[in-house]
Amino acid sequence: MVLVGVAAVLLSMPTTAAWAHDKYSDLDITEGQRLFNGFCAWCHGPEGDWVPQIDLGRGKVKGDSSNEGLIATIRRGVPGTAMPEHPDFTDPEIRAIVAYLRSIGADRESEIPGDVDEGRKFFEGKGGCLNCHRVMGKGSRVGPDLTDMGVLRRYVEIERSILEPDAEVLPEYRSVRVVTGTGEVISGRILNRDTFSLQMIDTRERLRSLRLAELRQVEIGEKSPMPSWKEKLSPQELANLVSYIVSLRGVPAQ
Amino acid sequence: MRTAIALLFLLSYGFSRVATGQGPVSFDDILNASAHPHNWLTYSGTTFSQRFTKLGQITRQNAKDLELKWVYQTRSLHKFEATPLVVDGVFYTVQPPNDIVALDATTGRVFWTFSYNNGPVRVCCGTVNRGLAILGDTLFMGTVDAHLFAIDAKNGRPIWKTKVGRAESGYSLTHAPLVVKDKVIVGTGGGEFGIRGFIAGYDVRTGKEVWKFHTVPGPGEPGNETWAGESWKTGGAPVWVTGSYDPELNLTYWGTGNPSPDWNGDSRAGDNLYSDSIVALDPDTGALKWFYQFTPHDEFDYDSAQVPVLADILWKGQPRKLMLWANRNGVFYVLDRRTGEFLLGKPFVKVTWMSGFDAKGRPQRVPGMAPAREGIRIFPGNAGGTSWYSPSFSPSTNLLYVSAWMDYSSIFSKGSAEYREGAGFMGGAVKSVIPYDRSPIQNYRHHDEGYGAVIALDPHTGEQKWKFRMADVTDAGILTTAADVLFSGGREGHFYALDARSGKLLWKTSLGGAVTSGPVSFEVDGKQYVSVNAGNSVFVFGLR
Repeated sequence: MVLVGVAAVLLSMPTTAAWAHDKYSDLDITEGQRLFNGFCAWCHGPEGDWVPQIDLGRGKVKGDSSNEGLIATIRRGVPGTAMPEHPDFTDPEIRAIVAYLRSIGADRESEIPGDVDEGRKFFEGKGGCLNCHRVMGKGSRVGPDLTDMGVLRRYVEIERSILEPDAEVLPEYRSVRVVTGTGEVISGRILNRDTFSLQMIDTRERLRSLRLAELRQVEIGEKSPMPSWKEKLSPQELANLVSYIVSLRGVPAQ
Repeated sequence: MRTAIALLFLLSYGFSRVATGQGPVSFDDILNASAHPHNWLTYSGTTFSQRFTKLGQITRQNAKDLELKWVYQTRSLHKFEATPLVVDGVFYTVQPPNDIVALDATTGRVFWTFSYNNGPVRVCCGTVNRGLAILGDTLFMGTVDAHLFAIDAKNGRPIWKTKVGRAESGYSLTHAPLVVKDKVIVGTGGGEFGIRGFIAGYDVRTGKEVWKFHTVPGPGEPGNETWAGESWKTGGAPVWVTGSYDPELNLTYWGTGNPSPDWNGDSRAGDNLYSDSIVALDPDTGALKWFYQFTPHDEFDYDSAQVPVLADILWKGQPRKLMLWANRNGVFYVLDRRTGEFLLGKPFVKVTWMSGFDAKGRPQRVPGMAPAREGIRIFPGNAGGTSWYSPSFSPSTNLLYVSAWMDYSSIFSKGSAEYREGAGFMGGAVKSVIPYDRSPIQNYRHHDEGYGAVIALDPHTGEQKWKFRMADVTDAGILTTAADVLFSGGREGHFYALDARSGKLLWKTSLGGAVTSGPVSFEVDGKQYVSVNAGNSVFVFGLR
């Protein structure tokens, strides 16, 4: 019995641990992202959706979309198209790219089904999310407006932004803090800057354009002002919240 | 990687604001806009649509000291016809066709951009947009694919989106919406595609349609009898220029465009109400209160797509609520805006299609002056004595200023017209020595082949008081100020200031692209600015 059990484990073990159950290590994904951005994104775009009828982030490819199929396509290219062969990539490198594609394509639902309505209640209530965010005209304009976030971002990305807000802060969401010549401190979100001036929306939601020569100090924060919810939400609450944000698909035409 | 960037500036002198924004705009603010001229809150400046500002820092004496303050170059090669809005130092305009940009009004630096990709579009004359409306913190914009948007003025995000018409059939929205109380009002373009025009009011909060007034009445409605057979179904009468509003009368006024097909009226015998008309509507219900038709049974494309200018002035010694209207058909009109009563009609350019009026103000057509198979020359030409370009009325000089096409004619040729959804439905062709292209191009024409002018009309008589003559024609609107300075431009690419009393040139600059919008003026930090579009850019001027 024991021997049989060991054999079963060995037989199910893939070449790298990352492949087990289509789960990938952070290291694979990070390496895959580096390779993708360096070699693939020029044609496929950063989200993998620039080539018509192909959306790598959502697993939409021509031909075999299995891991083996993707590996073969990357290795050999697609004859007759602009997709070249990549004989110089090592096997682990190609697997890392696939791992990255799978990770951005993980439009998966949480293993725990999320309740959109409960997520909305949390978002608008206990979570206090509207203090910074805005959805369908409700809430603050200082943080990112999430009205169409379910179109722009995938489940895993939204989940990561909630648990690790600093993991990736898009430049358009950076905070700014300035001190004027009279010592007034103005905080908010940066909208634009040039050699001589800076545009921002302040915490009172006023659009402000300031001359740099008249400011004592300007700090543009690359860290997110959003607190991490890691270990503050139950798995169910997290699933509810992410599911709610995923459900935000923008303003419908009526 | 994610460490803060700190920029230190050790200069010690005091902080001064550049632009701050900006409490919500109430409807009272819009009604009283003339009392707060630092802002420009609606397409024509006020709901009376005089395009007159009480700002007077730029005078006839110092206009020579105007200098360029900033330029905003759009990322668009479409015709740039938008009038901006300015709210407490924030400048909103529409990069054609339908991107909104929010700029610092003193530097032109960008706060935010809203980009919109139109769906299928059918337009006759360019994918243009003429501007925005605002209420509260919400901007309103119509799109050339016939949607109406509400956009957050603070962050450029959409709040609601309503489909107004079927773009595939030729419906489009090109004019700036008009806010009246809690409704945003728009009408649809499409007079060259056989649409059935309408004006509609939408709830500012939700975008839900509250009322709709068809500019071509259906069966059982008064006016339907002015359309032969089924011709009402494709009768046109579009709306493509912003209307006006009189709060005391609670009436909103809108000009309507040509009946379809444009140049062949055989299938639509009758007056074709309410094409080429002014309609006065109840803004709460859309109910028609009165109308006046400038060009019954039009076969010249003489849209009444002009801004209705409202003025309270003495008429034969008595105060009267008037409407002043220089029409594309070449005639200047004065109407009583309570009732629509015709008070005066007098050509302001050479006119050969009509010879006068009957007692009720109906034009008397000149026999034989209608499009013919072999072609016939008629004044004014197809583009009209004027068109959508905003006129200005100055309460200071009591004159109406009009961008006019003088001595201009077209050869109108009647052709066949068969309606197919989404296809051009014009019924002929027109030819003119003046090209359609608006960009500054070489001009080889004599003056007697047509030229552009700013003319000053006495509203009491329709007499021309003065004329500023240009070599080329003009698609530019006009702004007048409390200091009796008039701003306008033309296809040549010049932007200039005139003495509003005499028409004398005070200042000019060459902007290198046709001026195709109406100038506006605003004030930030005590400084008056004047803005105009030329070519594909916004140019803003102030005193040195």
